[in-house]
Amino acid sequence: MLVWCPDWPVIAAGIVDGAPAAGPVAVVGDNRVIACSPSARAAGVRRNLRKRDAQARCPELVVVPDDPARDARAFEPVVAAVEEVVAGVAVVRPGVCAFTARGPARYFGTEEAAAERVVEQIAVECAVEAQIGVADGTFAALLAARLGRHVPAGRTAAFLAELPVSALERPALVGLLDRLGVRTLGAFAALNPADVLARFGLDGALAHRLAAGKDDRPLAVRSPPPDLEVEERPEEPIERVDVAAFAARALAERLHEKLAAYGLACTRLAITAVTADGRELHREWRHDGILTATAIADRTRWQLDGWLSTRVYGSRDRRRLAVGEESQLSNKNKPAGGIVLLRLAPEGVLAQVGLQPGLWGEAGAERDRAHRAMHRVQGLLGPEAVLRGVLGGGADPARRATLVPWGEEYVPASPDGPWPDRLLSPFPVLLPAPVAVEVTDLAGVPVAVSGRLALSGIPALVSGVPILAWTGPFPLDERWWDVRRGRARVRFQVVLGDGRQLLLEHHRATWSAVADFD
Amino acid sequence: MQPAALSDLVRRASDLGPAAAGLGTDRLLPVASQLRDLLPGYGLRRGSTVAVAPGAPGTTSLLLALLAEASRAGSWCAVVGVPALGLLAASELGIALDRFAVVPHPGPEWPAVAATLLDGFDLVVVSVKDIAASVCAQLAARARQRGSVLVPFGSGWDGAEVTLSVTESRWYGVGEGSRRRITVAARGRGAAARPRRGQVWLPGPPVEEETQRLRVVR
Repeated sequence: MLVWCPDWPVIAAGIVDGAPAAGPVAVVGDNRVIACSPSARAAGVRRNLRKRDAQARCPELVVVPDDPARDARAFEPVVAAVEEVVAGVAVVRPGVCAFTARGPARYFGTEEAAAERVVEQIAVECAVEAQIGVADGTFAALLAARLGRHVPAGRTAAFLAELPVSALERPALVGLLDRLGVRTLGAFAALNPADVLARFGLDGALAHRLAAGKDDRPLAVRSPPPDLEVEERPEEPIERVDVAAFAARALAERLHEKLAAYGLACTRLAITAVTADGRELHREWRHDGILTATAIADRTRWQLDGWLSTRVYGSRDRRRLAVGEESQLSNKNKPAGGIVLLRLAPEGVLAQVGLQPGLWGEAGAERDRAHRAMHRVQGLLGPEAVLRGVLGGGADPARRATLVPWGEEYVPASPDGPWPDRLLSPFPVLLPAPVAVEVTDLAGVPVAVSGRLALSGIPALVSGVPILAWTGPFPLDERWWDVRRGRARVRFQVVLGDGRQLLLEHHRATWSAVADFD
Repeated sequence: MQPAALSDLVRRASDLGPAAAGLGTDRLLPVASQLRDLLPGYGLRRGSTVAVAPGAPGTTSLLLALLAEASRAGSWCAVVGVPALGLLAASELGIALDRFAVVPHPGPEWPAVAATLLDGFDLVVVSVKDIAASVCAQLAARARQRGSVLVPFGSGWDGAEVTLSVTESRWYGVGEGSRRRITVAARGRGAAARPRRGQVWLPGPPVEEETQRLRVVR
C-alpha cells in the first residue's frame, strides 16, 4: 500500500516558504519545471518545460526554486501522521511513502478501510491531500495511486499490462522500446527475460521485472526517531533559585540517562520554561564538546537563575562580547508567578563514541583540571564571566579577537578574510574604551583631517605629550552603505615622548586613543 | 695545548642549561630565551610567585611575553582582572588562545576566583593594586601548594620571588613592522637576590635583514 501526495514539491514550498498553493506555482530546477500546481497545469504548464516557456504560457506563474531538503523536511510530519496509524513506513521519496498492506488491512477490516483511515489521518494532521494505491510492489502501487486504483492481490501483472512503457520513467529505454514497437508494459513483460538482459543490460532486466509485476524489493522501513525531550511539571510553581537548581539537577540526569540509553551525546541544549502567566521562555545553549550530566545541570541552573532573578550575566562587558543573540538573555522582565513547566530538549546530538584523549595532552589530565577550575569560577561569577578568545577577521584589533564565554561554541564575530583595512603586526596589547585626546601642531593649533585626508598641520603633541614619530592617515570607511551603522574614520599610529605607542582615531573632528601598545 | 684552544673549552656556569646545573627541570615552566637569564633557574618555577610591576611602557607586553613560551609548550594560563587585554597581541606573542582563559571582571570576590583558578591552571595572572598582605600570603601559599605559578600584575605585591619591571622602552619604527626593545630589571629574594637586567625585543628579536632597517625613534 502506498501513499502519494500529488505535486509534493509545490505543496512543500507552500508549507515551508508560504508559496500560495492555490494559485499557479511551479517548482523549477536546472531551468526546467519539476512540478506544478493544478491551476498552473490548467494553464498549460507541464513537467520538463523550460522556465521561460512556462512563464510564457502562464504569465502569473509563481516560480519557486527546487530544494530537495525542503521537500524532505516538509514530508516528515506526513510520515509521522502515517506512523500514527500503521507501523513500518518506508519513505520512497519525498511525497511518497509505502507500507505493507496486510497488517493494516487485517486491523481495520479491509484494505479500503485502512486506506480511508490513512488518508483521513494525513488530512487531519497535516492538511495535505493524499492518494492511496494498493498493488503488489512499490512500482505498481505508485502507478495505482496515480490512477486512484485498488488492484487486488495477484492481479498486478494484468493491471500493468495495459499501461504504456513510459511509466517505467527510464527515458532512454522507453525511447528504444517505442522504436522497437513495444508500446505497453504487457508487451515488454512478454519478452524473454534472457534476451532483455542481453540487449538492455542490468537496468533493463530490472525494468522488465517491474513491468511483469515482479517487484520483490523489500521496503526499507524507517525506524521512527526517538523522543528525547524530558519535561517536568513541578507541583508548585518554581519561584526560588535553589528549588530551580534542584529541579534542574534531576531533569538533567534524566535527560542524560535517556541519551546514554540511545548511545547519544548532546552538543546543543534547548531549555524551555513555561511560566504561570502562560509565557514561554526559551534559550539554546551551545557547547564546544559534549554536554555531560553536570554540564546540562549547570546550564539549566544558570538559565533558571537568569530567568528567576533579573540579573543579566556579563552585562558590564556587553560591548566586547560580540557573541550574537546566543548570549542575549531574554530576561528583560521577570516571569510572574514562577515556572510551571520545564523542558529540556537536545537540539544537536551525535553518537557517543567515548572520550578520545588527545595524543599530545591537549585533552588530558591538565585540560580536565583547568576545565574544572573554570567551571567553578563560572559557578561563582556566572557563565559569561570566564571568556576565551577566538581569532577571526575584522578591521579593528578588538573585533579580530572575539571573546566567547568558556564552554560555548567558539565562533568568531566576523570570519577571517582579506580585510584590507586590518592593522598589521605589532598588535596593540591594551584595548581600553576609547579616550578622547587632543592632537595639536607645534603652535598648539588642533590638527584637523579633511575628507580628502589632508592634514591641517603636522601633529606634534597628543594631549601635551610630544610625538616622536607618527604614521598615517589610514582611512577606514566601514559600512559606508549603511546609514546608521556606517562609520568613516581615519587612523594614525604615534610614538610618544614617554615611550608609548598609541593607535589614534579621527572621527568627525574628534580624536581618540583607541589602543595602546603597552 | 694552546691557551686559546683551552679557553674555548671553559664555559661559565650560567651558560650551562638548567639540567647541567642540577635543577629540577620538571618543576620549571619554560620562558622565552630573552627572559631566561632574568629568572632564577632559567624558567618559571612551579609554586613560585613572579610579579610584574609597573614601570616604563611595555609592562603588559612583558607580562604576555613571560607567559608565551609556557603556553606554547602546553600550559594553561588564566588572566584575572585585566579587562582591556588585546588577545590578538597575546596570540602574536605566542600564547595559545585555546588554553588561555580571561576573567575580565572578577568583582570583589577576586581572591576566591584567583584561588580557584590556581587549582587548575599552571599560570595565573592576577591584576593587583595595593592589596592586603594577608591576601598576598594566602594566594602565594595556594600557588606553592598546587604547584602553579602566580603572576601578580601591578603594584604593591609583597614577597614575590622575583619582581620584573620595565625600566626603559624604545621603539624602533612606528606602525606596521615596528619593534621595540625594553630593558627589564629583575629583583627578588633568595636565589634572585642579585639584581639582574636584560634587554628584550618585542614582539620578538629582529631577524638579520631587519637590523639594517631598524632605527630607534627619538
